[in-house]
Amino acid sequence: MTVFIIRRLLQSIAVVLVMSFIVFVGVNIVGDPVEMMVSDEADQAEREKVIKSMGLDKPWYIQYARFIGGALQGDLGKSFVYGEPALQIIAHRIPATFELALAALVMAVVVGIPLGVYAGLRPDTVGSKTIMAGSILGFSLPTFWVGLMFIMVFAVILGWLPSTGRGDTVELLGIDVSFLTMDGLAHLFLPAFNLALFKISMVIRLTRAGTREVVHQDYIKFARAKGLSNRRVVLVHLMKNIMIPVVTVLGLEFGGLIAFSVVTETVFAWPGMGKLIIDSIQSLDRPVIVAYLMIIVLIFVIINLVVDIFYSLLDPRVRLSEIKS
Amino acid sequence: MFFRKSMIAAAFAAGLTAAASAGQAQTITIGLGTEPTSIDPHYHNLGPNNQISQHIFSRLMEQDDKQRLFPGLATEWKAIDDTTWEFKLRKGVKFHDGSDFNVDDVIFTMERAAAHPNAKSSFKVFTHGGGKEYVRVDDYTLHVKTPKPYPLMAVDLSTVHIVSDKSKGHWEGDFNNGSQAIGTGPFKFVKWVKGEILEFERNDDYWGKKPHWKHVIIKPIKSAPSRLAALLAGDVDFIDQVPTIDVKNLKNNDKITLSQGISNRVIYLHLDQYRDVTPFAKGPKGEEIKNPFKDVRVRKAISMAISRDLIIERIMEGIAVKAGQLLPDGFFGVSDKLKPEEYDPEGAKKLLAEAGYPNGFQTTLHGPNNRYINDAKIVEAVAQMLSRIGIMTTPDTMPKSVFFKRGKNRGPENPPEFSFLLVGWGSGTGEASSPLRSLLATYSKEKGWGSSNRGLHSNPKMDAVLEEALATVDDTKRAALLAKATEIGVGEDMGLIPLHYQVNTWAAKKGLKYLARTDERTVAYDIRPE
Repeated sequence: MTVFIIRRLLQSIAVVLVMSFIVFVGVNIVGDPVEMMVSDEADQAEREKVIKSMGLDKPWYIQYARFIGGALQGDLGKSFVYGEPALQIIAHRIPATFELALAALVMAVVVGIPLGVYAGLRPDTVGSKTIMAGSILGFSLPTFWVGLMFIMVFAVILGWLPSTGRGDTVELLGIDVSFLTMDGLAHLFLPAFNLALFKISMVIRLTRAGTREVVHQDYIKFARAKGLSNRRVVLVHLMKNIMIPVVTVLGLEFGGLIAFSVVTETVFAWPGMGKLIIDSIQSLDRPVIVAYLMIIVLIFVIINLVVDIFYSLLDPRVRLSEIKS
Repeated sequence: MFFRKSMIAAAFAAGLTAAASAGQAQTITIGLGTEPTSIDPHYHNLGPNNQISQHIFSRLMEQDDKQRLFPGLATEWKAIDDTTWEFKLRKGVKFHDGSDFNVDDVIFTMERAAAHPNAKSSFKVFTHGGGKEYVRVDDYTLHVKTPKPYPLMAVDLSTVHIVSDKSKGHWEGDFNNGSQAIGTGPFKFVKWVKGEILEFERNDDYWGKKPHWKHVIIKPIKSAPSRLAALLAGDVDFIDQVPTIDVKNLKNNDKITLSQGISNRVIYLHLDQYRDVTPFAKGPKGEEIKNPFKDVRVRKAISMAISRDLIIERIMEGIAVKAGQLLPDGFFGVSDKLKPEEYDPEGAKKLLAEAGYPNGFQTTLHGPNNRYINDAKIVEAVAQMLSRIGIMTTPDTMPKSVFFKRGKNRGPENPPEFSFLLVGWGSGTGEASSPLRSLLATYSKEKGWGSSNRGLHSNPKMDAVLEEALATVDDTKRAALLAKATEIGVGEDMGLIPLHYQVNTWAAKKGLKYLARTDERTVAYDIRPE
């Protein structure tokens, strides 16, 4: 297990290095950050001063060397726009995005799994057909449109929930969180549900497919023959066996939730990393873009690792093969 | 079950917050389409920053809704001789931390604003342009000397926000966290969480007219539909940058009040008037030709072929004003002779034939697609109109981050990649010398002229008139000279082709009114109950 983890960590360092190169060169090809930044009225001398202050007067390979040098000391450069360390700016936004992604994940599990199991156990009822039809909608409707519709219906027309922004926050272990206040929860609900919609549909489909397969297996029949209650058969024997694909996919999708909550965060003006990256791309804030992508790579690598560990906990066969190898 | 419970709880909570905010009539929540990059007023000379700065800090002269000057921290200002301006400062003004304001703060500010080490655009052009030197006469009198007569003195200094000389050695970081965000303005800084919230509290010792609001909460909501939804849902009381397409609906909504006003921003076309062969102009069959844009008749024909009325009616939903020069009527230095070009496709064809292009030519019109109101649609419309008179025009639009790199003017050795492009210009000083100097004057690094002259237009006659205007202290004479320079640059030469002036729209919940500003800024103290 330890060897496995170490090997994975080494691999991820290589991935991060390659990514840094691709990303750095990539963002350096696109656009001119100085033109985006300076006031229209700035004269030629002023523009030159800004170019110099951002280190853009040097060729890209020197900029890259400087960047790597800094990165090794934990400094991913200063934001062109804010003049503050890029890492610090992103770190400020991480709690908001994690909170949103976690809330969406919880919704996906809490809503998706029961509905999926139901649809798998009773595939021919009207209820499960409605669920499956609904999941197609969840898959295919564009997030930004659904988000705007949510705002229209729940905030503008019904007035039940606030339309945009993050609510009151309280400090928990030094991090600002909003899910512990009523106002925060109210603000969290719509964006989280918007983000979760796609995942809910996916979990429903995965769970249903798994249930349909497992329910005909011999051990389920045996459990029923043994006279176990339906509840125990479903909750223990069935659930345990359909969870592996669900955990894998959710693990990977959690990375996606964090990295690509861009649309939801923009529509709901949620102050997370997704909104930051969109703003940074628009203003060509290269250090923030690079730092963001590096962090996302790291998150993906770590999540994959965690998923692998979860596997071995859920499925003893994985553990056994590890020990043998 | 938990899920349903939390939903009900959430809905209930929303009801509570709505009730709570209704109770605080002295709080206003504003949804803005932009966000400042810093609270430090000298870090970034840009609209979104300056509009925030002017809540916390005051200036020597303030600019009103039409960008006219009125006394701020200076009560009087005048040129006492050809090269010296005298500013009398307001007495008894206190900074938010209780310390007194005097001339030392002003001199400190001017040096700081020019030499900010991390600035993304400093105020140096305004604080030291023309070789300004600051002389302390007494605690409340300041002399500013220049080697030559300098008429733009008051306008220049009216852009700089005054900070306390106690903030020496502190830069943007200490302003962003609030420890140095100390001004003499109508509001005190409370907190700023980037991307989330910016809060002010009324300064009850403010030297000027007291604002109505005790608390101001500003939320950045960059997505326009979301911003509008936040207003309709009652989460914010006021928004800026209302999209033109929504204005008609909002006018019929009796819960919303709109404020509209013309801006200082002109949308125009620049044409390559420098290269002999320009990359985006080909003959009717795609053969190489001489640069047709160098011929004033071609430029004139293009202007005549564009129906500005149609663009405004169909694309801008009626929310824009036809342009015939660089600034709308009423601004300092505009010409009363220049009128928007009449639509005349037949005349345009004739003129084109006269210029030697009876069969027209091919070109590409480049433009941004996320910078100005409806920019991409305007580019497409103009391209169609020109194609009708034989100039087969391909529209090509791209995000501003790409557009402004490819369309950058780095001087004659390194002209923009484009031959024909759509751009806009807002005059920060609110008078005609700003666009004349940047857009039409001959490119000169030494003088700082022509930095945005993307067509590399050059006419020594206009340069001379502009030069004379910039050295004329007498307002009437200077206004006449600036008008004359505009008549040469836009009227005779067609150095650029003006299309329209943007009109900005703000929306508030019923019962609030706002004085629309030509500088496009949103200022909380100008929002008042009806």
